[in-house]
Amino acid sequence: MARISLTVNGKSHVVDTDPSTPLLYVLRDDLELNGPRFGCGLSQCGACTVILDDKSVRSCGLPVSAVGSRKITTLEGLGSVARPHRLQKAFIEEQAAQCGFCMNGMIMTAKVLLDKNPAPTDVDIKRALNGNLCRCGSHVRVVRAIKRAASMKA
Amino acid sequence: METKRISRRQFVKGSGALIVSFNFLGPVSRVLGQNETFANTDPEATALDSWVSIAQDGSVTVFTSKVDLGTGVVTALSQIVAEELDVPFHRIHMETGDTSNTIDQAATVGSRTIERGGPQLRQAAAAARQELLKLAAVRLETPVEQLTVSDGVVSVIGSPAKKISYANLIGGRRFDVKITATGVGAAMNVAAEVRAKDHKEYKIVGTSVPRIDLPPKFTGEFIYTPDVRVPGMLHGRVVRPAVVNSKPLNVDETSIAQIAGVVKVVQEGSFVGVVAKTEWSAIQAARTLKVTWSTPATKLPANNDELHAYLKNTKSFAERVVADKGSLEPAFSQAAKTFEATYHWPFQLHGMIGPSCAVADVQGNKATIWAGSQGTFNTRRQVAEMLGLPEKNVRVIYRESAGCYGRLSPDDVPQDAALMSRAVGKPVRVQWMREDEHAWEPKGPAQLMTARAGVDAQGKVIAWDYMDRSFPWTTTGMVLLASRQVGLKPKGQGIPNGTDGGGEIYSFDNQKVVAAAIPWLHPDPTPLRTSNLRAPGDLARTFASESFMDEIASSLAVDPVQFRLRYLSSSKRPTDALLAVTKKAGWQERPSPAPASNGSKAKGRGVAVGNRSNTMTAAVAEVEVDRATGKISVKRVVLAHDCGLIVNPDGLTNQIEGNVIQGVSRTLMEEVQFDASGVKNLDWASYPIITFQDAPEVDIVLINRPEMQPLGGGEPSIVPVPAAIANAVFDAIGVRLREIPFTPERVLSALKA
Repeated sequence: MARISLTVNGKSHVVDTDPSTPLLYVLRDDLELNGPRFGCGLSQCGACTVILDDKSVRSCGLPVSAVGSRKITTLEGLGSVARPHRLQKAFIEEQAAQCGFCMNGMIMTAKVLLDKNPAPTDVDIKRALNGNLCRCGSHVRVVRAIKRAASMKA
Repeated sequence: METKRISRRQFVKGSGALIVSFNFLGPVSRVLGQNETFANTDPEATALDSWVSIAQDGSVTVFTSKVDLGTGVVTALSQIVAEELDVPFHRIHMETGDTSNTIDQAATVGSRTIERGGPQLRQAAAAARQELLKLAAVRLETPVEQLTVSDGVVSVIGSPAKKISYANLIGGRRFDVKITATGVGAAMNVAAEVRAKDHKEYKIVGTSVPRIDLPPKFTGEFIYTPDVRVPGMLHGRVVRPAVVNSKPLNVDETSIAQIAGVVKVVQEGSFVGVVAKTEWSAIQAARTLKVTWSTPATKLPANNDELHAYLKNTKSFAERVVADKGSLEPAFSQAAKTFEATYHWPFQLHGMIGPSCAVADVQGNKATIWAGSQGTFNTRRQVAEMLGLPEKNVRVIYRESAGCYGRLSPDDVPQDAALMSRAVGKPVRVQWMREDEHAWEPKGPAQLMTARAGVDAQGKVIAWDYMDRSFPWTTTGMVLLASRQVGLKPKGQGIPNGTDGGGEIYSFDNQKVVAAAIPWLHPDPTPLRTSNLRAPGDLARTFASESFMDEIASSLAVDPVQFRLRYLSSSKRPTDALLAVTKKAGWQERPSPAPASNGSKAKGRGVAVGNRSNTMTAAVAEVEVDRATGKISVKRVVLAHDCGLIVNPDGLTNQIEGNVIQGVSRTLMEEVQFDASGVKNLDWASYPIITFQDAPEVDIVLINRPEMQPLGGGEPSIVPVPAAIANAVFDAIGVRLREIPFTPERVLSALKA
């Protein structure tokens, strides 16, 4: 066990945990953040995606001890139902989900995309999201929602 | 609405309740004492209070065992209730799938929730409205006939100042009124004698109300099954063998001695699991624990050839004759031309993005389960049976899982959690790992379809002989995994895999359509045990029958749409769907295949018609086939959909888009690989599903029939997709693919043949 300091969504936390624990379980079980989700534990589906500084990362495969001083942003850090981020607003407006279980990864990956490329084409969006799996088949709406978000003021 | 939800959430949190639930928590159910964890009796279907309650603030809580599987059906059910009660949509709160306070309306399966659960709730709401009008008549001293309702306020027609709200009439109190309820489950008729509204009066039903569950799903505020946290909760993981009827000969606990936080290795019968203080400890312990398993008694087929031979040669245990008309053999003997073809459908995964998860708290002779089960009453029965408890001592509380497409109809993980919780005397959350889910989820059954047709000298089909040989849903006959491991006996072969889709929508003079159920690896559940997977059976049958229709049309050099229309003559709804889809797709009338094209990529279009649960669909697929690589790209799918009266057009559109994309994935990519000892694809790399770059454009034509009852929209639209793609591929390259999935290797080998 080790005491590890983390900055999550702008707040500092100290967790006492096995340093080999993947970040996902620390976020979910120690900090009770439900945005990042367990989908595969193999970095294959994207459901667990978080942002470290400005990069999207699969939190299921990253030991918490490897986070270091990087700032962690989870889906909760973007916004809430009461105060949604423009991506969340756009996803609501497009009704861009069915079960919604993969949507954390879609939105977090899209956030990193829009930060780098404020006006992505369909091709850009599909390329950026190609490693994020959705079983319900919400792909068409997700692409539309990201385009809508891009057209909104940041 | 959103503000209310948040304040409710904070209220629950602040009040120290164990579970913070964001979705569908109504504010009022508690006034009726319906939160008692273990009531002595279940709610009665004949009590109006079992279905509907109205709070002091006028908000309405509806109790239903129907649950949202991520399809938006609870939004649609809310619309139906709001409409019938004449209250604003946002005042409706749904309490779903809690066995302690809902009536068992059967599991949420088979695209039957709107069709069957809808009328049950509509009639309960109509009965409540009738009762409220009676109360208002007394209070307003006006006969019921002279009253009207708007937004939950009853007023006198012509004297709008004379009014009283539902809240003032009954808010916070019980109706204490009996209603009629006959039959059980999906077949239950509720308050059938009460007149519901005519569709012409509808204001809420038929509109695209945004889904109530979606906003918190985009912010992390939604509570799914894996997010349930109970104080003192521990974490469990299962340790399963290659086949379930192996026994753990030796469990070496010293092998995990170095892993901190392990609470217990749970072994009961052949069941093995580990419970630990943290998830990571449980994961490491489950991976590290050395278990020596006995040699399995059951062998799986070693490959597809063995599987196909088994399907072909094994005697069926049930046969459903879907159509039997005229006399086949004399017709075949008169035929100028005969056709014959065999089609194969593989085992496929439901492939939930979030693997199975449940929390169980077994204390003494009582158990509370939080689960994503499609049928929480089924789960209650199964858990009670395994633990040896009376059903009333088990409460199952629904929390939505990842989309499951039938997988959680037999929900295994609550039993795993219950066994582990009982062993440690604490609540335990069990999360299956990805490899558990891929290996052990019950698979969509493999199927073998054979078709024969005879055509006379004028090119008319005079004989149609169609046979589907499918595995049943073995999980419906066998007990669940953990039950079997602790020694419970299986109960039968399982329910046959549906019946529709063998060409019975067409009218041929001599016609036989049979769906046969082939016994499968009975009595021991294996990694190839089976269950209902989206549009079960119908998807494969329609792939075969609609491909076969195309094969005949092509051979006769007839346009495939015109060919189908000849035999749909007496059926208006499929005809309308077919005409609608071809119009939207800009269908050019000509026979298939398309005139030969140059270049490495060939384009084609194909059509197919589907019927499932009385919902009619027709699809046109546009594909591009790369002759060099064998890769099929589905560029666009156009789909016409008729499910009677449409409750929520955008919600339905969303479902159809999803069905189409999942259908493309299952057609092009998906096949469970196995050998004699188990399933080979245990992750997403070895069982790929469709990704963004391969998802097609989807265009939808909704056919609304307000004069009809609403029918299901959860799965019928996947049905015509595989055949439409198969027919489009044939149109493009002149090669017929009869085995799913259409991988590049199969395309290349077909091109060479």
